Amino acid sequence: MTIKAIQEDLIDEFSMFEDWEERYQYMIDLGKTLPLIEDAYKTQDNVIKGCQSKVWVHAEMDDDKVVFTADSDAIITKGIIAILIRVFSNQHPKDIIAADTDFIDEIGLKEHLSPTRANGLVSMIKQLKMYAIAYQTQLN
Amino acid sequence: MFNVETIRKDFPILHRQVNGKPLVYFDNAATSQTPQQVMDAIVEYYSNYNANIHRGVHSLSQEATDKYEQARLTIQKHFNAKASHEIIMTSGTTHGINLVASGFTTLLKKGDEVIVSALEHHSNIVPWQMLCERTGAILRVLPMNDEGELVMAAYADLLSEKTKLVFVNHISNALGTINPIKQIIEQAHAVGAAVLVDGAQACPHLKPDVQALDVDFYVTSAHKMCGPTGVGMLYGKEDWLNKLPAYQGGGEMIAEVTFEKTTYADLPHKFEAGTPNICGGIAFGAAIDYMNHIGFENIATYEHELLEYATAQLLEIEGLKIYGTAKEKTSVISFNLKGIHPYDVGTLLDKMGVAVRTGHHCAQPIMDYYKIPGTVRASFAFYNTKQEIDTLVSGVKKAKMMLS
Ligand SMILES: Cc1ncc(COP(=O)(O)O)c(C=O)c1O
Repeated sequence: MTIKAIQEDLIDEFSMFEDWEERYQYMIDLGKTLPLIEDAYKTQDNVIKGCQSKVWVHAEMDDDKVVFTADSDAIITKGIIAILIRVFSNQHPKDIIAADTDFIDEIGLKEHLSPTRANGLVSMIKQLKMYAIAYQTQLN
Repeated sequence: MFNVETIRKDFPILHRQVNGKPLVYFDNAATSQTPQQVMDAIVEYYSNYNANIHRGVHSLSQEATDKYEQARLTIQKHFNAKASHEIIMTSGTTHGINLVASGFTTLLKKGDEVIVSALEHHSNIVPWQMLCERTGAILRVLPMNDEGELVMAAYADLLSEKTKLVFVNHISNALGTINPIKQIIEQAHAVGAAVLVDGAQACPHLKPDVQALDVDFYVTSAHKMCGPTGVGMLYGKEDWLNKLPAYQGGGEMIAEVTFEKTTYADLPHKFEAGTPNICGGIAFGAAIDYMNHIGFENIATYEHELLEYATAQLLEIEGLKIYGTAKEKTSVISFNLKGIHPYDVGTLLDKMGVAVRTGHHCAQPIMDYYKIPGTVRASFAFYNTKQEIDTLVSGVKKAKMMLS
């Protein structure tokens, strides 16, 4: 699936929730199912210090696609990571570089991607893009 | 008579909604809310006598100067300083600490020792570390115990004739512990060391008497006690303030300037370079008047009731642990739910209209002591109610249900 199609799926899924509780419960449950990053990758090098919650990201190439795994010590942050991974992982680097994150606004989670939120997610997206740029350079 | 419903009418913000729910404001330790009386003082300043102070012959400037100096007198009286020139107007606690730390650069030498408590806010750690780097003085730490109290037995061992300075907060912002500062000051003085007390968290709850405490420096911020942000005060004993060199150079703080030499103005102006936060200073005075009008005894009694009520309710939640269980503490409850990150709890509480602080509360050493990333901190003020605590408690229960 393309990034755009996944984002549209997410918008559809979230539109079914009636209130914040359902939305957050869904994210929390997602957070619980996220494939954890392998402990070996939970290193200082891979950590994004978000001040309040920590985020770990690891990237590797599978053919011409980038596969991301990630984790956080806070479960709501982890739920949002699960959403971001679903959108960005297993995609071609150039598509990751070109993608935007406007859908977050539409699914009602904008406040979590505010640069002043201190949960590490804004830096995480930057990091995903940096990995994509690095891999793209390798492919060229 | 203390009536919380009447008091709440003074605070317009308490009647707004957040995320569609009535606001429950429990982040008072970060900053307090502002009563109408203080806002009126701000509006009146800008409407009637906004002018630069200490330098105009015109009437407006004279009026502004009078009001500003009147605020200084209000502060002096409130803290019971001997003289009004012992009150230095600052931009807040952090500014006051840096002013003193900078001044001690010329007074300390290599091998001197300074003592910091384990319960400090980063504001009362970092400036002293920088001072130690500049001077070669050694920073020693007065430890804490599991209850979040300072281990006073260790204090005596740390003190020696090498000790030049001790800095400690009056009340811990992360845990609410009220520290035995009178004893800390007495013991420090016995070896000839000076003491700076960070009163940022104490001033909203009690009325410190700097002469009775015999403290050398006392600093605080207006915004924790119903005043505006960006203004505060440093009290210093006259002798100490005369010994410390000027901090920043500029207008206001000089007596005479030629290119060869500048002579500094007398206290307090020596430490007040540039145009100050005039309106803020006046509003600080109004905030002190307001709090005295409510009465600090009333505030202490009522807040203690809130603390006991909330503590009992929260402890009924299984898996909830309170950090900071000192015998002497103010209305601050730092807690965590077992296996749940404080950030998650705070995020869900916000959705329910409840404002709490989560994280390390600028006191990372305390979090390291407990080996936790942070806590959820609910801090109560005299304008909070038991019903609001009920909302917090049911919110925490709901968050726990959703997260586990
Ligand atoms: C104990 C303590 N010290 C210092 C500060 C810093 O105060 P300000 O930011 O107003 O300078 C605070 C405020 O958070 C505090 O709680």
